[in-house]
Amino acid sequence: MELKMFLLVSGLLVGSLVALGGASGSPAKGCKDNKPPVIEKDCHEPAKNRTDKKENETVKKSFPVLSLDYENVRLPFEISLWVLMASLMKLGFHLMPRLSSIVPESCLLIVVGLLVGGLIKLVGEVPPVLESKIFFFYLLPPIILDAGYFLPIRQFTENLGTILMFAVVGTLWNAFFVGGLLYGVCQLQSANLGDVNLLSCLLFGSILSAVDPVAVLAVFEEIHINELLHILVFGESLLNDAVTVVLYHLFEEFSNANTITATDVFLGVVCFLVVSLGGIVVGAIYGILAAFTSRFTSHTRVIEPLFVFVYSYMAYLSAEVFHLSGIMALIACGAVMRPYVEANISHKSHTTIKYFLKMWSSVSDTLIFIFLGVSTVAGPHEWNWIFVGATLFFCLVARVLGVIGLTFVINKFRIVKLTSKDQFIIAYGGLRGAIAFSLVYLLSCDHFPRKNMFLTAIITVIFFTVFVQGMTIRPLVDLLAVKKKQETKRSINEEIHTQFLDHLLTGIEDICGHYGHHHWKDKLNRFNKKYVKKCLIAGERSKEPQLIAFYHKMEMKQAIELVESGGGSKLPSAMPSTVSMQNIQPKRSSQERALPQLSKAREEEIRKILRTNLQKTRQRLYSYNRHTLIADPYEDGWNEMLIRRKKMKDLEKKMNNYLTVPAPPSDSPSVARARLTSDPQVRGLKSATKNIPSIKVDFASPQNPESFSVEDEFRQKGSQPKESKEDDGGLTMKVPSPEKQKKDKTPDEEPQQRLMRCLSDPGPAAEEEDEDDPFLP
Amino acid sequence: MGSRASSLLREEDIEEIKKETGFSHSQITRLYSRFHSLDKGENGALSREDFQRIPELAINPLGDRIINAFFPEGEDQVNFRGFMRTLAHFRPVEDNEKNKDPTSGEPLNSRANKLLFAFRLYDLDRDDKISRDELLQVLRMMVGVNISDEQLGSIADRTIQEADTNGDMSISFSEFTKVLEKVDVEQKMSIRFLH
Repeated sequence: MELKMFLLVSGLLVGSLVALGGASGSPAKGCKDNKPPVIEKDCHEPAKNRTDKKENETVKKSFPVLSLDYENVRLPFEISLWVLMASLMKLGFHLMPRLSSIVPESCLLIVVGLLVGGLIKLVGEVPPVLESKIFFFYLLPPIILDAGYFLPIRQFTENLGTILMFAVVGTLWNAFFVGGLLYGVCQLQSANLGDVNLLSCLLFGSILSAVDPVAVLAVFEEIHINELLHILVFGESLLNDAVTVVLYHLFEEFSNANTITATDVFLGVVCFLVVSLGGIVVGAIYGILAAFTSRFTSHTRVIEPLFVFVYSYMAYLSAEVFHLSGIMALIACGAVMRPYVEANISHKSHTTIKYFLKMWSSVSDTLIFIFLGVSTVAGPHEWNWIFVGATLFFCLVARVLGVIGLTFVINKFRIVKLTSKDQFIIAYGGLRGAIAFSLVYLLSCDHFPRKNMFLTAIITVIFFTVFVQGMTIRPLVDLLAVKKKQETKRSINEEIHTQFLDHLLTGIEDICGHYGHHHWKDKLNRFNKKYVKKCLIAGERSKEPQLIAFYHKMEMKQAIELVESGGGSKLPSAMPSTVSMQNIQPKRSSQERALPQLSKAREEEIRKILRTNLQKTRQRLYSYNRHTLIADPYEDGWNEMLIRRKKMKDLEKKMNNYLTVPAPPSDSPSVARARLTSDPQVRGLKSATKNIPSIKVDFASPQNPESFSVEDEFRQKGSQPKESKEDDGGLTMKVPSPEKQKKDKTPDEEPQQRLMRCLSDPGPAAEEEDEDDPFLP
Repeated sequence: MGSRASSLLREEDIEEIKKETGFSHSQITRLYSRFHSLDKGENGALSREDFQRIPELAINPLGDRIINAFFPEGEDQVNFRGFMRTLAHFRPVEDNEKNKDPTSGEPLNSRANKLLFAFRLYDLDRDDKISRDELLQVLRMMVGVNISDEQLGSIADRTIQEADTNGDMSISFSEFTKVLEKVDVEQKMSIRFLH
């Protein structure tokens, strides 16, 4: 049913798009200068003409109530239509789970693009082509920023040597191998390709050699392989941009010049260093600027995400100004600013950034693939069996040989060697994508008369890699039993022990006099802590050790989960400290201890939660102010909460089966049952309590079984729940009543305030209600 | 094994060390020259002061414990063999070693032995358990002085609670191993000793 409706809507959209899109597309002629399908904003002119006309005529026409003026909004309208269609397509694929499990999304999107392009052509119009400028300035940056901002720094730096080898040496090898061999093929008399000179072949080879981050991301996202392989292939696809840029410009320049001297080659090498390092430096500068700016945003939380996005985009554009590697600048910017920005911004901004980046990169990704399909239909093609076939063949062979050769060398230096399975996946995962297409598209026709042939060849390669390799990589991964990504969260044990091992290894390296990986990492960390953090992180956070930040982040996450699902009656602190208090028997007396005073933030949190909970019966309208955001733990709505509570209750029942509760002597089975099924907050849910009106359960005790089981929900994967230390004899239970809830709060408030000690936060003192999310890279 | 007046390394010593620890010839000679340069007293053995003279070790939060790990129970001097034996734990794990000698017992740089070494650094009183206090000590060393005792205590409690499966409020070696099963210990605890 859903699917049918969806198909209807999308059909309508596509229809309108065909009509409009076709009308706007400029003819993508062969080697003439291709003008982008840009519609000038000359909307004022037609309007003027119209009014002129009106004045000229006699004033017989009545005032137009409704008029059609499409030209005015043509460009934004069409862009929006394309984006909408792309997103609906994406939606549609996920409605067909069977299809999306076999075919990766990128393939489906290309097919859709082909269909749309075909439709447009059928109608008689010329379909629009993926313009390089649009691609490089609007579609690519979000994807790269998303990748760079969430780059796993630890794995990346640990494998940096390997990644660089693959990116630089591998790409160079690919470029020259493919280019050289293609030239050889072109020299064959039978091929009719005599006019393709060496430089063109080399240029084509260099464009073709680069593994494409967009395609890699699109495919690898879905197969969930282990992090090492993911970071190797993905890192390679990011870093080889510098090589591609240099080679591209190099060969383009050379094609103008007639002779190539050794100086030129040397300059090429220098150029490579400048391009890559320059790109990184530019990115790092903007990253530091962004981090520094975020230090002062504590009063204007709403625009925090904006700084992240704009600074990164500026980094990309600035790098492009100097023909440096924009991708590397973007990656450097994102990676540098992340730890500091995340320590400064609010939790909401963090979520905003995450979701905006994901959204934009997803839309970009979808549009790119659809446009690839459309451009295939549109573009002028020159099919030459030999050339295209040779390209494809050499491309694959070069990749395989390159990976094998490089791994042989790299394994001599690696601690954890790359197995042949790993090598296979790395070679197989070298997908080509839209970047290669756009680069070929940018070639000028004067120097490269066989541009169409190049286009055709590259589209063939892209299609092959994306379709064949993309579709088969998933079953191959399963077949070869490659290690998959492990989904579990990082525990605090891992965190502590990892840091411990870091210190240990640094010490051992110092004893051996060996300045290795750990030594430099330690030095960098020390420098970071001493100078950089003080500048870039606001307030107290700058002194917070990594471990504490991690711990806080974990606690906060669980607290938020608890508040959202548990109805907030149990405060966030109840969970962790109840755990620690109830499990460690000899420490039980510690709960009687007087607490240090609460920080203002905690008090505010308590007050807020109490307030919203107690006054739930009356709908509260928060006054809306564009400049501030109010945290609202009840954003989800009452119904959902009821459902969650019910789920929790069921979970409680399950968990309680494991409890070995030393039942007080006066207990009867009915009491035990009543205890299990009671829940004062849930009203309207039938419970066994109604049958036993004479039994009362005292819920005011901090060690009541309910708070116990609440925490059990979060320890599902963990150890067995410990015994409940119920020693209050005579459990009594009252019939649930509305007052009960309020009553619960006041006696609960005290012990819960005591339990707050676990969250005593040396963080920023005066904070607004936004929860600060301590971040750990 | 006894103290030698001459501090030169003999071939048979090198062979023995090679067999015991698995280091290559060149690695052993290189490490011997390092040992020699640390040994200011020229008596063929290192004392605690020799280690403490290394500047970076002084600022390492775990410096003292690491130094202690080199010295066997109750002794104040460590000779070259003991030095190498400790360092052997940090040799990278090689796949082909598994096939070599099944009868000679587990090599020093196996995953289990690496973890045991790390475990012993926590467990000072050698009772095969990391108690809450021992954990607190390590945390205090790593975290510095700014954090309050209660906070550290709750972190320690949380850590023990996460790892503890048999309910004895401390972390035994098997629990320690289990917690770190997802961490790539073979890589994290290995140093690339250049040839």
